[in-house]
Order: sequence, then structure tokens, then C-alpha cells
Amino acid sequence: MKEKTLNKKRKRLIFRTAMLAVMIGLVIFAVFSSLNNDDAVIAEGEKAPDFVLKKFGTDESITLSDLEGKGVMLNFWATYCEPCKDEMPYMEQLYPEYKERGVEILAVNLDSTNIVVEKFMQQYGITFPVLQDKRGEVMDLYKIGPIPSTLFISPEGEIVEQVTGELTLSKLEGYLEQIAPE
Amino acid sequence: MKRITCECGHENPEGAVLCEACGKPIEENQHIDGNDDQKLLNMRYDGSARRSKTYNRTFVDKVWNFFSSVKVGVWLIVITVIASAVGTILPQEMYIPPNEDPAVHYRDQYGLFGQIYYQLGFHNLFSSWWYMILIAMIGISIVVASIDRFFPLYKVLKKQKPKRHETFMKKQRVFGKTEDESVDLELFKKNLRKQRFKVYEQDGHLLAEKNRFARWGPYVNHIGLIVFLLGSLLRFIPAFYIDDFVWVREGETKVISGTDGEYFIENKDFILETYDESDERFQQALLNQGGPVPKNFQTDAVIYKRSESSLPGQEPELEIVKEASAKMNKPIKFDEYALYQASYQLNEFSEMTFKVHDKDDEDTNYGEFTVDLSEPETVYELESGYRIEIQNYFPEYEFSNGEPVSVSRFPKNPAFVFQLYPPGESEPETSFLGIGANIDASGENEYKLGLVNFDVRDVTGLTVKKDYTLPIIAIGGAIFMIGVIQGMYWNHRRIWLQPKENGVWIAGHTNKNWFALRREIGKAIEGTNIQEPVDQYEMEK
Repeated sequence: MKEKTLNKKRKRLIFRTAMLAVMIGLVIFAVFSSLNNDDAVIAEGEKAPDFVLKKFGTDESITLSDLEGKGVMLNFWATYCEPCKDEMPYMEQLYPEYKERGVEILAVNLDSTNIVVEKFMQQYGITFPVLQDKRGEVMDLYKIGPIPSTLFISPEGEIVEQVTGELTLSKLEGYLEQIAPE
Repeated sequence: MKRITCECGHENPEGAVLCEACGKPIEENQHIDGNDDQKLLNMRYDGSARRSKTYNRTFVDKVWNFFSSVKVGVWLIVITVIASAVGTILPQEMYIPPNEDPAVHYRDQYGLFGQIYYQLGFHNLFSSWWYMILIAMIGISIVVASIDRFFPLYKVLKKQKPKRHETFMKKQRVFGKTEDESVDLELFKKNLRKQRFKVYEQDGHLLAEKNRFARWGPYVNHIGLIVFLLGSLLRFIPAFYIDDFVWVREGETKVISGTDGEYFIENKDFILETYDESDERFQQALLNQGGPVPKNFQTDAVIYKRSESSLPGQEPELEIVKEASAKMNKPIKFDEYALYQASYQLNEFSEMTFKVHDKDDEDTNYGEFTVDLSEPETVYELESGYRIEIQNYFPEYEFSNGEPVSVSRFPKNPAFVFQLYPPGESEPETSFLGIGANIDASGENEYKLGLVNFDVRDVTGLTVKKDYTLPIIAIGGAIFMIGVIQGMYWNHRRIWLQPKENGVWIAGHTNKNWFALRREIGKAIEGTNIQEPVDQYEMEK
């Protein structure tokens, strides 16, 4: 009789624990998914999805997966975006040094007319590769919301950091340092 | 901590308030339902042993009991209702103008209150973590409270015996004593059965019961709510739910957002039809409206699918999936997606034709050229020997600090810096040309460029939807309604009869609608010599 009661109590405890665990699991799932949705970005620590884009002003294409072993800074920008323009000189300034050290800067442009981008590149003297994403596919792939938006990808191809908004010179340098191969 | 054996011989679980079999109040547990000697019995859950009231030892049990409490549940609902109401005072973030920083917007528009509102996260209330946790706690409370009440109630109603304890009888709300030897029990039973009561007998004691299933209504209702909540939870999983938006210009082929780059759409044509103003039927109404009224929004489109081999960004190999039109409420459906006509922008510039003429004489013409605004050439060579170079192009220009800049990539307000080389000249004439602006850079130009013609195109905005959660939510809603109906339209009624030496006692209980119960008792005792019982609750008052 007593054993029966004890047994029942143990069963009840297991049942309650299981029910609460399942429900709390669901809650945690819901909260996390909604927080991720808000940021509308690909999660940090994930593998950067592969893509291939044409390099501006050439017939050459760049495939992300070909750059494995190098750190990659992926910058989404457009000529009509003021903060994007402001950070361009910083990227240009740091590019030669970090290129030596195995970091590539890819600037994915979201303008729709070539001439606008060409003029801009001339004016700013940009030497790092500017890629064309005319159909907005890569932007969609990386779930980019407002620009400028910059992703820093490790030599192993993992997203280390995602920054939305303008970068300062020192911040940029810090991030580039993080993804530079040993 | 022991099971309690009642004097009728039934063994009750710990925490029972009334004996499951005979209904006798179990003395040491009367505080649980707040019963006292002077008052009627509290019949909530038939005095069954609700664990939450008695069993409270480990941490898990404490959490469980917290959620099991109806008081906690009601408070959670009250807090959620208040929070939701506050969330409607100012517009949510998704309704403020796009590209505006919410931090600035709320402060500027609504002052200090707006700033507090923003900082407390009310601008994004319905997806904020704490709001979701409130909803989730209500969900947990519903599940736990239902489990804790349904099973004991089910058990107690299953174990009840017709033979009740005297105290139980006396303390029912409807109770009556009849002192008469000539009571016709057979007729009483017959009358009860006529009213669709089920009659149980035990040693001459009677229990007549109907509509017990109405007691399960609230629990069915709760199951519906839980299914509903699970359905809305699934909306966070892209495999079940996608809600996205895509803008496509006429003639443009674009990836459909939310489809992982798998599908593309080409906008063949956007059509906006308005009601005919010369039609007599509409004239008066249109006059009242004071402008054209749209009748149809339509996008004629081609849907493509990317063949699997190519990487995103590569010139895609596209296969046609279908050609179709999206109209209001008539989406284009393909595979698991639907595209709904949701928005549009009319008359964006697509082409502009210019001519070269003398500065002072607009009627002269030294040649024309057409600029495709989505892909302008760098150089235009005219047959007449004039050469025009585009030095700069601003799709949507604005002046900022005296310099023209473009604020978007869409040719909504295009402007150019042209360099004109007359035949044989190596020094160009520079001019700035936009809508309503034609500026001679040096002031010494001999020629001028003039706009002679332009073409426009429309932009369509389509909502991209995939929704597998709707059937689940609908099922949840249906179960919810079934539960409500079950509990609302049927009442659980019980009538007990106890034989006495010179007469009978009868008592009645229902979960609602006491008047109808008394009427049914009235009909059942017709011609049986049983006296009409009284409503002791009304007498107490």
C-alpha cells in the first residue's frame, strides 16, 4: 500500500517534470526564434553561404568558397547610402596591409546602374573588388536589412561578426584583425 | 499523507474534501474549499482531491502548483491585457515610416512619453521577449491547471455512488424532506427517465444524472487554445510559415524574397484600372469621391525556378514555372508559395529622350538620343557628329550642401551631368539636367540639352506567403468553439433521493441554471407525493 503510494508519487514527479520541460523548451524556442527574426540576419557562428558574383567592370567572377583560407570582409553598400560612402575610405586605407596578411575585402554593391558605381569608384579610387548583385540574390541570401551591413568571415568560412551601420577606422581594424589568418 | 477511509468504506485520496463515493465532508480537509458547518457545501470540482492544494514538496511541484493556481492564471491574463492595451497607444515600430530611426521617431513625435514608450520596448511589444513569455506562461498555466482539475473531477464523477451521506444531502443547495409513506418511487423514476436522466440505484437510494459531458467543456476548450498557441508558435519555423515582400519593376526579373533564392519573378505588366467616369451607374458615387476610384490592381508575371546546379549570384538558369496574374485577393500560387498583390508605385521613369539645340533657340535640333535609365551608356554618339558623355547620373537627386546626390537607386527623379562635345571640338560643354533644372555649368555654353520625351513604368509590390499553420490554427479554433458550446449549452444536473423511515429526502445539484433544475425536479415529482424541495441558497440570503 505504502509502496504503491510512493510509486505513484514518483510517477507524478516524472510526469510533471517532463510536462514542464517540454513546455519550457517550447517557450525558449519561441523567444529565441523571435529575437533572431528581429535582427533578420544570418546567425553569427554559422557557415557563410556560398555565392558567386561578377566583379565590377570586368568579366571576372568571384566565388566565396574559393577564398577559403583567407579572412573575408563582406560589405553591403550602395552609392546613395551616406554612411556607406563614409566608411569606404577606411576600407581603402586598410586594404593593402590586410591583403598582404590574407584578408580579402568584398564590397557587394546594390545599385542598379553601372555608370553610377563606375563614377563612384573613380572618384574614391577604390582598389578592392566591388561585386555586382543586381538581382539582389546575395542580399536576400544573407538577409541583409538596412545598409551598410558588414560581415566578417573567418578563414574557415564561418561568420565571426555581423555589423549593421557605419564602422569607424579603429573598429574596422579590430574586426579585420579577428579574421586575419595566423 | 495518508489515504482517508470514509465511514461508507470508500478509500479517498489525500486531499479529498468530500468522500468520492458518498459525499460526506472529510473533516480535516474542509478548509481547502472553505466549507463551514453553517453553510452549504462548496461543490466546485465535487470536492475532489486537487493535488495542487495539498502536495507541495520538491521544486518541480512548487513550479507546478504555481501554474496550477487559477488566481495566478487570471493575474497573468490581466497583466497581458493591460500590456496589450498599452501597446496600442502609439503605433508599433512596423507602422512608423520606413528608414526612420525608431529611437528618434518616438521622441520627436510623442515627446517624453514616446521616449519612455520606446525605451521600455512597447514599440515592438507583440514580439518582445517579455510579452511572449507572458503569453507562454498563460499557455503553461492553462495546461497545468487543466491537468490538475480534469483528472480528479473525472475520477470523482466516475466513482460517485447513489448512496449519499446525510450531511451531503442536507448541505446541497436544492434540498427537501418529505414525510409521507405513500411516495411513488416508480413514477418518480419514470418521470426522470422521460426527461432523459440516467437513473442509478443502490439499496433504494437513487441518483439521477444527465449531461455529465458538459463538465468537460472547459477542458476541451483549453485543448483548442493549446493547439491554437502551438499553431502560432510554428509560425517561427520557415518550413511552416513565410511572410515576405518583393518590389518588381516592369520588365525586371528578380529573386522572390523568402524562397531561398529558388524562385524568380518577372513583372510583365502592372495594370491599374479605375471605374469608368462616363458610366452613369458610377457617376454620382465618383463625384462624391472626388477622384478616380481603382477597380483592379493586377500584376501580369512570369514565375521562374532556378535549375538546381547554379550558385546564388551566378547568372541563373531559369525554368518557367507559370505565367499568371496576381489580382487583389487572387494570388499567384506556385508550389507552396502564394504572391498577393499588395502595393504599387506608378510612373517611375524608365527612358528619357533628349535633343541638342542652340542655347537661345529651342526650335533648332542637332540630334536626339535616348537614355535607358536602368542602364545608361557612358557615351552617346549622334549622327550629326555631336558626342555626349554622361559624367554623372543621379537616379533620385537632391541637393545636399549645394552638391547633387542620389538618395536611392530608383529613377524617381533622375538628373544627369552631361558633357557635350560639338563636332570637331575637344573641349566639352558641361551642363546639369534634371526635372525642372537645366543648369549651364560655365555660363558660356553655346548649346543646350532639352528633354523631348520620356517613358515611365510601374512598380508592383507583392506579398510572398507560405502558410501551413493556418489549418492547425483553424482546428484549434474549432476545438475551442466545440468546448465552449459543450460547456455553455448543456448543464450537468444531478438529483439524489434517499429513502427515510417515513418518507424521502431529495437533493439536487447543477453547475448552472438552477431554475431549470428545479423545474425538472418539479416535473419529476408530479403525482409522486414527494414535496417540492426548496432552494436553500435563496433562503440563506
